[in-house]
Amino acid sequence: MRRQPAGLRTLTTAFLTIWLIAAVFPFAWTVWGSFKVEADFFSRQTWWYAIEGLRTTQETGGPFTLGGYEGAWIKNEFWKPVINTLIVTLSVTGISLMVGTLGGYALARSGHRYAFWVLIAALVFRAMPHITLVSGYLLPFFQLNIWGFLPTTIIVLVAINQPFTLWMLHSFFLSIPKDLDESALVDGCTRFQAFRMVIIPVMWPGVITTGLFSFLLGYNDFAVTSMLLRQENQTMIPKIASFLGSIQNEGNVMFAVAAVVSATVPLFILVLFFQRQIVSGLTAGAVKG
Amino acid sequence: MPHRTFAAFIFPSILAMLLFITLPIFSVMVQSMFIEHPAVLTTVENCGPFGGCTTETKVDTVAMAKLKAEAPMGQFAGLANYLNHNHLAIDDLREIFGTKSGFAEKVSSLMNLPFYRALAFTLTYCFVVTPLAMALGFCIALAVNTLPRLMKGPAIFVSILPMIITPLVGSLILSWMFNPEGIFGATLQWLANDPKLSLRASPVLTWIVILTYGVWTNGPFSFVVFYAGLQTVPMDTLESARIDGATRWQATRFVIIPHLMPLATFVALVQLMDNFRVFEPIVGFSAQANATSLSWMVYNDLVSQDAQQFGSAAATSVMTIIGVLILLTPVLIRTWRDFNRKVA
Amino acid sequence: MNMKLTKAVAAGAVSFAALIAGGGAALADCGIQGAGSVRILSNDFEALRVVNAAAAECANDKVKVTSNATAEHKNIQGPALTANPAEYTVAMVANNSIVPLLNDGLIRPLDDLVAKYGADLQPNQLIKIDGKVMAIAFMGNGQHLFYRKDILAKAGLDVPKSYEDVLADAKIIKDKGLMEYPLAASDKPGWDLAAEFVNMYLGTGAEFFAPGSAELAIDNDNGRKVLETMRAMTKFMNPDYLTYDANELSKIWDAGNVALMNQWGSLAGAAIDPVKANKDVAANTGFAAAPTISGGSIPAAALWWDGFSIAKNISDDDAAASFQAMVHAISPATVAAHSEVATWLVKGYVPGPAAIGVMGNATGGAKPYPMQPYMGLLHTALSSGLADFIAGKEDADQALKDVKASYDASAKEGGFLK
Repeated sequence: MRRQPAGLRTLTTAFLTIWLIAAVFPFAWTVWGSFKVEADFFSRQTWWYAIEGLRTTQETGGPFTLGGYEGAWIKNEFWKPVINTLIVTLSVTGISLMVGTLGGYALARSGHRYAFWVLIAALVFRAMPHITLVSGYLLPFFQLNIWGFLPTTIIVLVAINQPFTLWMLHSFFLSIPKDLDESALVDGCTRFQAFRMVIIPVMWPGVITTGLFSFLLGYNDFAVTSMLLRQENQTMIPKIASFLGSIQNEGNVMFAVAAVVSATVPLFILVLFFQRQIVSGLTAGAVKG
Repeated sequence: MPHRTFAAFIFPSILAMLLFITLPIFSVMVQSMFIEHPAVLTTVENCGPFGGCTTETKVDTVAMAKLKAEAPMGQFAGLANYLNHNHLAIDDLREIFGTKSGFAEKVSSLMNLPFYRALAFTLTYCFVVTPLAMALGFCIALAVNTLPRLMKGPAIFVSILPMIITPLVGSLILSWMFNPEGIFGATLQWLANDPKLSLRASPVLTWIVILTYGVWTNGPFSFVVFYAGLQTVPMDTLESARIDGATRWQATRFVIIPHLMPLATFVALVQLMDNFRVFEPIVGFSAQANATSLSWMVYNDLVSQDAQQFGSAAATSVMTIIGVLILLTPVLIRTWRDFNRKVA
Repeated sequence: MNMKLTKAVAAGAVSFAALIAGGGAALADCGIQGAGSVRILSNDFEALRVVNAAAAECANDKVKVTSNATAEHKNIQGPALTANPAEYTVAMVANNSIVPLLNDGLIRPLDDLVAKYGADLQPNQLIKIDGKVMAIAFMGNGQHLFYRKDILAKAGLDVPKSYEDVLADAKIIKDKGLMEYPLAASDKPGWDLAAEFVNMYLGTGAEFFAPGSAELAIDNDNGRKVLETMRAMTKFMNPDYLTYDANELSKIWDAGNVALMNQWGSLAGAAIDPVKANKDVAANTGFAAAPTISGGSIPAAALWWDGFSIAKNISDDDAAASFQAMVHAISPATVAAHSEVATWLVKGYVPGPAAIGVMGNATGGAKPYPMQPYMGLLHTALSSGLADFIAGKEDADQALKDVKASYDASAKEGGFLK
């Protein structure tokens, strides 16, 4: 690449600096505020309280407090929803990918018209507001006695996730040359063997990127998990919502803030870890889609 | 690929979608055509914990159970749920366009109807946020791409932060920051030198805040996709463009952007759809007074109120799907052409 | 930085100790006769968690007790109790959330159980419908007046008794320069805004519906008077009032920005909490019954109760065990140990300072939140139909027209109107 002229470089740097600050500031502010009491972090007097910690000092004797974390993790046993979330998101990601790679591969390699219509149908399915779907599940689930359990929720999330997964993986598979699996077929492999031995190994970046988006969906889901899980199986986001309180009852917003900050840590690690694959993965797939 | 192999490969995926999406969508469509049985009411005496009894009306559950046993779906009402005041409001439309005189008056009467008010915001959000977020993502991608190798990682990481934080709490915290006493609200008051300026009080400012939030939170998705796309721009094409004397701008316009076009289609598809279902920022910013959306209407029918209105929610949901389909038609036609090219 | 790690560790130790103690108590059980399964569905807040924990004490070899406290309880309860056998044996309900259960006939009359096991219950705890006990109330709630003693004293005013007083006082407070925006109300379009209207309209003593039918009857002088009052109050409110809900009110009250407001009794305790509240404000916070309106004699606020009901689609053994466990859970002993977390309706409860307002509403003769089968539909219609009015964009007549149109559409869908 050529070196940029000075004017353009200044512009780029300025733009990028502004964007990075805009992206990181609310989060940094939240991390900082999670060590304050609610009267400071959500002060209706002045935001300066959130910096100084006036009320935090009044209530706890110091400008910083672990009260939010203590309330979330110890008093409210936030580790339980964390474990449930881990189970849910890992299973959703795993199953979504297994089912989705098979389906996406078939869609990418089939030349028949119905493959197109399956894709379009998947798109229409994605348009449905989740909340409507979920309220339809309730009665049958109660009657079948499968409401409230983790596996039910996992399967529902996998299903809701399928349209996106199919679309994305389908475009990844399109980017892999047909010759690759066709030569494997000529060599006497079955379709499935060709898929498993030849295609999947070159598909890793795509699989990981799609997996990351599935993971985020399961991780951040509220509509499905809040309605379909009983208390002992509750995941993080509904738990955080319950910290916020309801119309007639006081919540404890700082528990929610502390919980959100804690909930973001595993995502950080995940993103840092897969940073490379996300980028290279998307490259391979969607470009040619 | 033979039909059988295709079926075998796609079976699990199709089964999951059939059971948990197609079936419910079908039942929602059917439900949207029905209304409840005429209620059999009786007047009874209620006594509460605060002393005193009052006569109140209640539903005769025995009589109702009988009606339900005979016809579990309720009464067939055709499109009544779609056409009533809370949805397409056909009668009100007729009145507005039949009698009201001025254009402004017509518009304001139209905006007084819940469905059109929600639709107006939904479409505005969709068409403002989608292109702006894509443009923002594209610019970030270009900028990050010029960074030295070591700084790229952290920059990518920070750039996708807005996408990661749970909207439930993210918009709550941002909404507080935009409060007149919050850090942004107070700074803006100071900048505008107007101590009474409030971003939450006027409809226009509320919309601007929500749209800004939308661009901020949707930008990173476009960024990730476009940044990935930039890595595959063929170096030799760029190089030859340079030798031919193309300026940097021309190279971007005639080499990079065409290369990213298929990606842009994919992003537009996903983002238009997601933005059409905008919901969280409205609740997070407590903006119900000035901004509602179709998804918010569904939520209001099903979750936030005491009486759940399934038929009404079903009608709104079906209209959401139709709306998304209309929005996506151009993209779908494009996909159809691509597909036919592949077949041929 | 003075991070309170030691306190965190100590709290961990305490909760561990409580766990052991709790385990011990569970073995002691609470003398339930018979066997059965107790499965509780409730909202998720402190007072109900106390009740759920007390019910769990009843577990023994023959009685299994589980509970699910979730904010989504209203949306889950219908399908959960429709299934046969029902997923839950006990549904914790309030004035509004019991209505869908009654409409669908999902809960059972409790008269025989009350006669057998209900010796500790007071007559006013029994929620009777059509002569049958359908629920047992154990907590009261409602919106009532919060006032600032210091501001009223500086302005030379008494505690306002009516909304007319509130408006007059607000003008004086503003004119004297004591406060820019002396009033606040939960006027955020949605459930909150509708509740404001319902409160005031109840205070006029008028009926919401034509007697014996679902025909809406709020388009009258009382309705217009209520709307006028609501609009008049917004002149003394922060311009952001359209975004204020009950939680927001608590915060601006704590910041000392408001002199008079109507707020939930369940949030009163936090406003005068010696640790968490703003000390200057808390010391000057007073509670009173909600003001009257339009020359009425009763506080213009709905009375709310929280209680429990027993599912219909369960075995009689489960119902008996559930009822006994719940009676134990709301026993005078439980209440005595947690008297500060709610305004209890249970025998032997001594109201604390935070309960003055709710008690004031009750003794003043405030009406309970209506339990008509279609009240929820009206609440929904009000929640969006009044938005433009309270924002100052349309007049009262148009607002009432919008509400009626919206209500009629949903009442037809619900089968209540032809």
